[in-house]
Amino acid sequence: MAFTPLKETYPGKVYTVEIGKGEKAVTFAGENVLPFHTFEGASPNRPVIAYEIQDMPPDEWPDTVRKPYSGISSDPVSWARFCQDSLGAKVIALRLVSTHPDRLDRSPDEAAKTVSDVLAAIDIPLIILGSNHAEKDASVLVAAAGAAKDSNCIIGKAQEANYKTIAAAAMANNHKLIAMSELDINLSKQLNILITQMGFEKDRLIIDPMCSALGYGLEYTYSVMERIRLAALAQNDATMQQPILGDIGMYVWKVKEAQAVETSVSGWGALEERGISWEAVTAASMLIAGAELLIMWHPEAVQKVESLIDELY
Amino acid sequence: MALTGVEIFKLLPKTNCKKCGFPTCLAFAMKLAQRQTTLELCPDVSDEAKQKLGEASAPPIRPVTIGTGDRAIKLGEETVLFRHDKKFVNPCAFALEIQDTLTESDIEAKVREVLDSEIERVGQKLRVDAIAVSNISNDAASFSAAVKSVTAAAPEVPVILITGNPRAAEEALKYLAEKHPLLYGADASNAEVMADLAKKYKASLGVRSDNLDSLSLLTEKLKTLGVEDMIIDSGARKAKDILRDNTLIRRAAVKKNFKPLGYPVITFAQREDSMFELLIASTGVAKFSSVIILSSIERWKNLALFTLRQNIYTDPQVPMQVEQKIYKIGEPTPDSPLLITTNFSLTYFIVSGEMENSRVPGYLAVMDCEGLSVLTAWAAGKFTASKIAQFISESDAASAVRHRELIIPGYVAILSGALEDKLEGWKISVGPREANGIPAFLKGRSTV
Repeated sequence: MAFTPLKETYPGKVYTVEIGKGEKAVTFAGENVLPFHTFEGASPNRPVIAYEIQDMPPDEWPDTVRKPYSGISSDPVSWARFCQDSLGAKVIALRLVSTHPDRLDRSPDEAAKTVSDVLAAIDIPLIILGSNHAEKDASVLVAAAGAAKDSNCIIGKAQEANYKTIAAAAMANNHKLIAMSELDINLSKQLNILITQMGFEKDRLIIDPMCSALGYGLEYTYSVMERIRLAALAQNDATMQQPILGDIGMYVWKVKEAQAVETSVSGWGALEERGISWEAVTAASMLIAGAELLIMWHPEAVQKVESLIDELY
Repeated sequence: MALTGVEIFKLLPKTNCKKCGFPTCLAFAMKLAQRQTTLELCPDVSDEAKQKLGEASAPPIRPVTIGTGDRAIKLGEETVLFRHDKKFVNPCAFALEIQDTLTESDIEAKVREVLDSEIERVGQKLRVDAIAVSNISNDAASFSAAVKSVTAAAPEVPVILITGNPRAAEEALKYLAEKHPLLYGADASNAEVMADLAKKYKASLGVRSDNLDSLSLLTEKLKTLGVEDMIIDSGARKAKDILRDNTLIRRAAVKKNFKPLGYPVITFAQREDSMFELLIASTGVAKFSSVIILSSIERWKNLALFTLRQNIYTDPQVPMQVEQKIYKIGEPTPDSPLLITTNFSLTYFIVSGEMENSRVPGYLAVMDCEGLSVLTAWAAGKFTASKIAQFISESDAASAVRHRELIIPGYVAILSGALEDKLEGWKISVGPREANGIPAFLKGRSTV
């Protein structure tokens, strides 16, 4: 019996998003097929990986991933330059962890200053992230969005508890916005609807359905992403057609597999490779499930995943 | 195509005799439609019905078993494209390639790696499942010698023979009598002779082509030659082609019941760079490969692959649960804090992860709430003051810690009064509502 491939075409399409300015601007998403299904439709842009940097020394990062940044990570400007100039980063994600009340509780003004300094030092696009403290983020991200006015950044993350002020600031300063909800397609959809009801354009939103590390709930994130993509494509649901973010590093590098020394866990193998592979496999899975934008920590994990994208795309 | 419950019901005796263990024939039919029980439980079903149901209930991807005994690997039987629709059925198998050009001691070292690969994770024992001996030498004597060494060192481990040379294949198969190896394989040039060997030695047959069309024609031909158990290879080696062909194969089988491609898929993931090989293999795990051939099995790589396979093949309809017990986080002492949460695996992972992050050693009491998260379990009456009190009293919490303080999740702060009443002698403290507040909470306490 001759074989006729069953090709799927869909009524829906994911929005294309461009961030940054000028020659180094970056465009991602825009496909009308499932991830890497280039054999049956259009997938005009390859997924993008951003390097994460922080606004204070990464003392809490495990050695494996602190090492590549030793000597430069005490200052976000030198850290950003290193990622751009030495690692070839296409995008940088600046996480303002120091603003968290349990960390240094830095003020929104101080955060805004850091954002301005980093922006002045790089010409690639910037993602600006709060400390994941809903209340504090509302004030920090408003100041940060203002400091980055018209730089076409991504601001995040807006959650149910704080989306109004953050979305308004992203809108007023011409940024894109990450909408984050917790591992539930309906919550994600609901938040997108609330944000667009404020007048925020739906093609400027990015969905963060909440990431999880390999072995720590990865299957939940994986399936939520697949379902979001199917809703966008097969059901042509405009509230689910935004690109998906996989915030990989922060979930991976806190798990035991990325931290435990070889002598304490029998049979788990070399710590350095284990940590890097944990991040790379988590990232690869999220790409296959539907993420178009990743935030990662370890340069070697980024390189391996870029090579995989070279082959998949 | 699969029949619906009602269509199956029409073929059953409709006597509601309950001999199958279900209250009615309709209930039994519904379970059959969901493939959650087997027709054999019905003693009165007619032969005609058996035949019809047998054909209809045959999974779109044929089940194929490699090896025998406890270590036999069952492949195929998949019914869906997306894991959120229904559980993926038979987890893919990982096989280490051993080339027949290696010295005998190198072969033995590799076999030992396979035998030592077992790791336990969340209650499951995971390991490299098979050994694939490849006939790189293209010499029959070297190949059979390598296979002999492998079977001598690891008689229980399922074997895959990778050779296109019928003479080498037959020499090697002699060492695998009654062991149901996978013979890979057959292509357009050697189909007849390989089919004869597979039948003679009761091997499954790996079938290779370089596109899906010619692959379909080849499996049909082999079927007419009497070969039933096949494992197929479209020739895809690049990640993009693996994803495409595996998707088209799964779609054709599941959506069109296209029998010529209704077989488990084998993927060759070998690469120079081991970490990159891991990512190619991961693509196969996520996207429908049933057998994945690896060139090396470092322990860090196995851990990542086993864990991904476990995640992808988890039943999406059953909340993952962890065992009810008092877990040690870090190296706690009798003065370390004691926290309690429910046994939903995600809850456990997040809470224990944040406790690790705090670097404050402690105990985490995980209570069986049928895999529900804290708020859901509380709302469902499974995480109540009396049930918590009973669990703590019956557990070894009292011997693990010297103090008598239990920290409950902030979301169930409302339980603290009732719990102090029911758990005599214990002080109940309220922890943070979200797990990400745990590090600050624990650090704040330890400095007091």
